[in-house]
Amino acid sequence: MNEAKYIDIQNVEQAFKTPKGSFVALRNVGLTVAKGEFVTLIGHSGCGKSTLLNLIAGLTTPTEGVLLCADREIRGPGPERAVVFQNHSLLPWLTCFENVYLAVERVFGAAEGKARLRERTDAALAMVGLSHAAARRPGEISGGMKQRVGIARALSMEPKVLLMDEPFGALDALTRAKLQDELLAIVAKTRSTVVMVTHDVDEAVLLSDRIVMLTNGPAATIGEVLAVEIPRPRNRVELAEDPAYVHARKAVIDFLYTRQAHVEKAAA
Amino acid sequence: MVSAVFHSPLDTGLSAAASPAAARPHAPPATPAADTPTRPPRDWRGLWLRVLPPLAGFGLLVLLWELVALSSSTGFPSPRETWTQAVEVFGDPFYSNGPNDQGVGWNVLSSLQRVALGFGLAALVGIPAGFAIGRFEFLARMFNPLISLLRPVSPLAWLPIGLLVFKGANPAAIWTIFICSIWPMVINTAVGVQRVPSDYMNVARVLDLSEWKILTRILFPAVLPYMLTGVRLAVGTAWLVIVAAEMLTGGVGIGFWVWDEWNNLNVANIIIAIFVIGIVGLVLEWALVRLATAFTFEEVRS
Repeated sequence: MNEAKYIDIQNVEQAFKTPKGSFVALRNVGLTVAKGEFVTLIGHSGCGKSTLLNLIAGLTTPTEGVLLCADREIRGPGPERAVVFQNHSLLPWLTCFENVYLAVERVFGAAEGKARLRERTDAALAMVGLSHAAARRPGEISGGMKQRVGIARALSMEPKVLLMDEPFGALDALTRAKLQDELLAIVAKTRSTVVMVTHDVDEAVLLSDRIVMLTNGPAATIGEVLAVEIPRPRNRVELAEDPAYVHARKAVIDFLYTRQAHVEKAAA
Repeated sequence: MVSAVFHSPLDTGLSAAASPAAARPHAPPATPAADTPTRPPRDWRGLWLRVLPPLAGFGLLVLLWELVALSSSTGFPSPRETWTQAVEVFGDPFYSNGPNDQGVGWNVLSSLQRVALGFGLAALVGIPAGFAIGRFEFLARMFNPLISLLRPVSPLAWLPIGLLVFKGANPAAIWTIFICSIWPMVINTAVGVQRVPSDYMNVARVLDLSEWKILTRILFPAVLPYMLTGVRLAVGTAWLVIVAAEMLTGGVGIGFWVWDEWNNLNVANIIIAIFVIGIVGLVLEWALVRLATAFTFEEVRS
């Protein structure tokens, strides 16, 4: 298996049919993600970040081009590419435990006994620090906790790839920072391959190995890819003055607000 | 008439859900306020507003009734006469002097039994059909024209078909209940399935759940509130229709009782029957509203 090209996106175009004709959201997108790499997709609203993530997830199929994961074409969604949705998407009638168990049962139910499945579920909830909330329903816990259950559900499947669509977008700054730190720790432990959509520059720099910057839509494409050369484990407090951090942050801001800002004005 | 049949139960259902106290004019209206004494000085104004308007409403009804009875030369019974008659009728609700002369209790129970049978069969067919139609677009396109065509038909128009096919009054009445209560359940269930948030379906797709798991873990709980609305509409309609159907088919039943008393020119009993039908309908509605609220997840709507 080609580990450097674990996810291989080749010349992908995605167009949507609208009443006014075809709308091209993405064009000529090519990207590879190595196994164990953490990549963030960043760009202005509506530039097609989520569209690209949905393509990798297999929730949508590209109008042109191919996407490969582990040398196999992505033809549809599947549990080996777990998704953490922007709005957590927990089932409100199931407890946190049952929400995670549903995923665990699907992936490991054929091979393992019920006791082992429960262990896996407990372990996943423990990983995000929510063992105490296992018996509660999503309506009874805070937004940050829901998002953590969503992450636990995704991680419990031991996916080959973890896809996250602005997982912390709806949270307050403090909760977000806490969950980012937790995610850093979890990813360090599980060595997952992660593709994450964000519009938060600090989040992107803190978490990523590489930051993929998308140009403004329509027909968005990859404008620039920045490798973040900061050794792990990363600590948010120490990073604040790290020259590499400051440099990466400036590069992304420069892309978003200097170069892509003009396009936005021109489009408007 | 048809639109009234289909919409009025919903409207009363909504108002009943909004204020259960208002939907039970027969409950002693003073008790809810008296049972929950508020620490600040008692809210006489609020209590007054709860008690007075319903009492005034009933007072107006009795007054109008009295006026009609006074000016009538055809023996329209006054409220007082009706009350004495009612005391007598309810004194022995379960007597039985042959098939054509039974107590009001037996009549109500026979009607309820028909409704339960017809409605139960309709639920058995209609709810799964609604799931299938909501889940598969092909089926939706296939059945939507048929439903649109058949739904507005007055339920009683189906009665002759029932008589012809089942060769009996009782099955024909049950068939009529079946056919009129199936549409709200099919339609509401199908709409519920189509409105399951796409997020939940995306979860199902990412987890690659089996169709059975999708049904039991996602569709069924998400659709339940819609389904119960359909059930409520269906029961309301069924109860409306059974009275009319029984007038035509005869036998034992509250509708037949009304018709029988009309033939006996016993108008007081007809008025009593009207109240009984109203109260039973109210109780059915109220029970189903309670059921629906117990099974509704608030987050489903957000």
